[in-house]
Amino acid sequence: MSDAKATPGPTQGAMIELQAVHKWYGDFHVLRDINLQVQKGEKVVVCGPSGSGKSTMIRCVNRLEEHQQGRIVVAGIELNADMKNIEAIRREVGMVFQQFNLFPHLTVLQNLTLAPIWVRKLPKKEAEETARYYLERVRIPDQADKYPGQLSGGQQQRVAIARSLCMKPEIMLFDEPTSALAPEMIKEVLDVMIGLAEDGMTMVCVTHEMGFARTVADMMVFMDRGEVIERAPPKDFFANPKNERTRTFLSQILTH
Amino acid sequence: MASDEAALTLAPARPAPWRDPKLRAIAYQIVFVAAVVGAVGFLVHNMLGNISRQNIATGFGFLRKEAAFGIGESLIPYSPADTYGRAFLVGLSNTLYVAALGIVLATILGTVMGLARLSGNWLVAKLAQIYVETFRNIPLLLQLFFWWGLLNTAAPAPRQAWQVLPDVFVSNRGIAYPVPVASPAYKWMALAVVVALALLVPLRRWAAARQAATGRQFPRGWAGLGIVLGLPLIVFVAFGAPFALSVPSLHGFNFSGGSAVSPEFAALLLGLVIYSGTFIAEIVRAGILAVSWGQSEAAMALGLKSGQRMRLVVLPQALRVIVPPLTSQYLSLTKNSSLAVAIGFPDLVSIANTTMNQTGQAIEGIAMIMAVYLFISLSISLAMNLYNRAVALVER
Amino acid sequence: MADIAQDIPVVRQAPPPRSTRALGWLRVHLFSSVFNSILTLLAVGLLAAAVPPLVRWALIDAIWSAPNGQACHAGGACWAFIGEKMRFILFGRYPADQEWRPIAVVAIFIAMIAAACVRPLWGRRLAVVWFAGLSAAFLLMAGGLPGLRPVETGLWSGLPLTLILAVIAMLFGFPLGVLLALGRRSRLPAVRGICVGYIELVRGVPLITVLFMASLMLPLFLPAGVTIDKVLRAQVAFILFAAAYLAEVVRGGLQAIPKGQIEAADALGLSYLQRTRLIVLPQALAMVIPPLVNTFIGMFKDTSLVLIVSLFDLLGATEFALTDSNWQGFAVEADVFIAAIYWSFCFFMSRYSQLLEREFNRGKQR
Ligand SMILES: Nc1ncnc2c1ncn2[C@@H]1O[C@H](COP(=O)(O)OP(=O)(O)O)[C@@H](O)[C@H]1O
Ligand SMILES: [Mg+2]
Repeated sequence: MSDAKATPGPTQGAMIELQAVHKWYGDFHVLRDINLQVQKGEKVVVCGPSGSGKSTMIRCVNRLEEHQQGRIVVAGIELNADMKNIEAIRREVGMVFQQFNLFPHLTVLQNLTLAPIWVRKLPKKEAEETARYYLERVRIPDQADKYPGQLSGGQQQRVAIARSLCMKPEIMLFDEPTSALAPEMIKEVLDVMIGLAEDGMTMVCVTHEMGFARTVADMMVFMDRGEVIERAPPKDFFANPKNERTRTFLSQILTH
Repeated sequence: MASDEAALTLAPARPAPWRDPKLRAIAYQIVFVAAVVGAVGFLVHNMLGNISRQNIATGFGFLRKEAAFGIGESLIPYSPADTYGRAFLVGLSNTLYVAALGIVLATILGTVMGLARLSGNWLVAKLAQIYVETFRNIPLLLQLFFWWGLLNTAAPAPRQAWQVLPDVFVSNRGIAYPVPVASPAYKWMALAVVVALALLVPLRRWAAARQAATGRQFPRGWAGLGIVLGLPLIVFVAFGAPFALSVPSLHGFNFSGGSAVSPEFAALLLGLVIYSGTFIAEIVRAGILAVSWGQSEAAMALGLKSGQRMRLVVLPQALRVIVPPLTSQYLSLTKNSSLAVAIGFPDLVSIANTTMNQTGQAIEGIAMIMAVYLFISLSISLAMNLYNRAVALVER
Repeated sequence: MADIAQDIPVVRQAPPPRSTRALGWLRVHLFSSVFNSILTLLAVGLLAAAVPPLVRWALIDAIWSAPNGQACHAGGACWAFIGEKMRFILFGRYPADQEWRPIAVVAIFIAMIAAACVRPLWGRRLAVVWFAGLSAAFLLMAGGLPGLRPVETGLWSGLPLTLILAVIAMLFGFPLGVLLALGRRSRLPAVRGICVGYIELVRGVPLITVLFMASLMLPLFLPAGVTIDKVLRAQVAFILFAAAYLAEVVRGGLQAIPKGQIEAADALGLSYLQRTRLIVLPQALAMVIPPLVNTFIGMFKDTSLVLIVSLFDLLGATEFALTDSNWQGFAVEADVFIAAIYWSFCFFMSRYSQLLEREFNRGKQR
């Protein structure tokens, strides 16, 4: 029975489904009763004050963190302690971190081909072709043989995005991808993300770039103190937020 | 079906046992422990077989038997008629003695040399560098042989002893030096030092209270030094300044009077101090360099004077960098003192070695040495961890 | 901007004249204050007291050739002793008519170590060179091929033995140390506990006890009838000892890997082994190369302890040479001679490690 679930079947319904998910760090209740559905091709932007559990939530989606209660189903695969399922989900889910986390001892090209070669078992030649294709898409085709340390922050983050894309994931998770960047580099990264959205990628982005959210998001999710407080399409979300906490938060970040 | 159940309870479903990381972790550990236990068991099994085949005695009963070998120098009374157990204690006390003395002297030498390497005085810095780079790159055992050879073969007989300092004689019998003749005054002076040290606590408290109330600083360091030196001095004078030295002088083929250390002890101490001193010098130097120049500049900008800068800003930060490697240096000095066995100083290892040769009970002998050194190492590590915790608390 | 600047007449002022250069240097570096002047005078006094007698002993009064020991006692150093015993000190009891073999072995080792210091060579090719070099050295030492007389390990001595013990200890201790370090950072408590126990046990006791253990207890640990060579026993001790110290060095590197690296590897779906081999170890090991070189220096010095379990390494052979009744009382000369050998090697290696460290730091700042 569980074997049937391990293979990502045709997606009946949601790509990501969180049902009543709870998580604790020791006694600290960091996620409380999270319910969330993300359909194929849907773009969800998650925002909320620092420490509200946004990172923890999306890291639960690919098991960088373990949830203790509730259900998570990703691309049709139930996320439990089964290693097979975890491996399968990680193949289908790409993640982009705030701190890029490129591998500094590998060239850009090697960063991109590493997982396709070792996890997807692609021939090296093919992996490199894919890698060059995605480097082109993130608009740095000429940096393939440099080391991450030789690139600017914006370039590094675009390499990180390309690295995830090389695994041909069904879902991309972004955890504040522009927060560590100097202002002039934020746009080049957001442009790549917008391009990705236009191609129909399923995306969950934690970000405070509200301009990006307005153009791209199908759904806004506001979190505070481990709970999903509000969930609405961006038009409603920005025009008339229902919850008091959402209003306070929005007024704080939009006045800056 | 499993997923339906999971949906009902909303608890993550359990996977098949062989794909459950928790169960796998347990399995890996069982395999690993079994492999280690199996390997150790195999060795112990062989050992037991060999012991019974070769009729080797076992157990620590030998500790109560007569040792029947002499020990050149000892801090506690000992004669060959005493037991192996007592001989072992002699070795332990000798090890602790030479290690403690070595740690104190190496710290002094290393600190002086580390500071000298940072000195603006070119000549002094160069000399310190030559010292460090020469003695750090020669095996300690070779240095011990060198000092021992110098004292034992190159040094003259007592009749032609080298007088390196007034009344300090170096000969192939060791180093003879003057000591004060015992007098009741000294006991009282020692007591005075203890009293003075105890007085420092209320002094400190009073100074802090006065500073809090009036803002005036009290020269705590100098006043403290004055009390610690002054009080014994007063006692000394009160006893009529009984200062008589027992000076070594030549009688027949050797010195009498004063006190003397054997060439073995002198060589061991010299070697340990000079070798460890180089490492301590580097630790001190690195510690001070680790405090960024910005810290000194900030202190200067606040108007702190050079002494205050060192005491209030640089040293507290440097110490945090210095203490951990310094501790491990003390540990290696203590472990290195076991090289005494090569030049015949009766330390723990050398006496255990003799014991093992006489009784044939290598396992017990080695176990005892290891236990002692492990105890020392773990105690020092523990002290170290406590210190680190204290420092970490201050940091917050 | 530029043209405005050209309009303003610039008054160029020379800096105030500094005192004559040599005198200025002296003032700044030796006599900047009263305290410094006193220090300088003390240092000069020390040099004046120590250097001339040393020079007289080592050069002026030294005897460079003598028929025997009696003719060599004249107040100065007896370098004739070194000339007489050089062969024995360097190669010990290895058969004299086969001397070219240990000479070749030493040359091979020095060449291999030198090759390892050239960074562009790092990689697979270096590994091949080392494998070939070690095999050749072993064949040369042990013999057994046609034309090469077998020489039992009991006769291996002097500098080749020192080099073999140190290099093999590092080479075999290293993989063991990496495993121990990984074990120490494992999430499995039983694995972690055993690795910590081993590392702390070995690091907590003097090397001598490990050597005693290998030479006295190892034979007891083996099944009846199996004997183990004395050199091999010491070598095992050094490997086990080096592994514990190397484990701590490697652990330092492992600890310095940012958590994000591991998370990124996990997110890409790499397994523990892939992650460790492809992401963690390459970075961690590169970081600890300078301390690894320092550990090697330490091992090189520590091999001198085999003398205590009666092997004739460089130091052991020297001490043995000193027992010749025709040449008595030249311990100081002999010690100075081999100290120079040990020193050159260690000094070169430590300079090399400092150089690497500086390069690495520069790399980090970029
Ligand atoms: N490993 C951890 N152990 C304990 N508490 C943690 C850990 N990681 C995060 N937290 C806490 O969980 C809360 C949520 O963290 P996070 O998900 O990173 O918030 P966000 O991404 O919204 O800023 C924070 O209060 C944080 O301090
Ligand atoms: Mg976060």
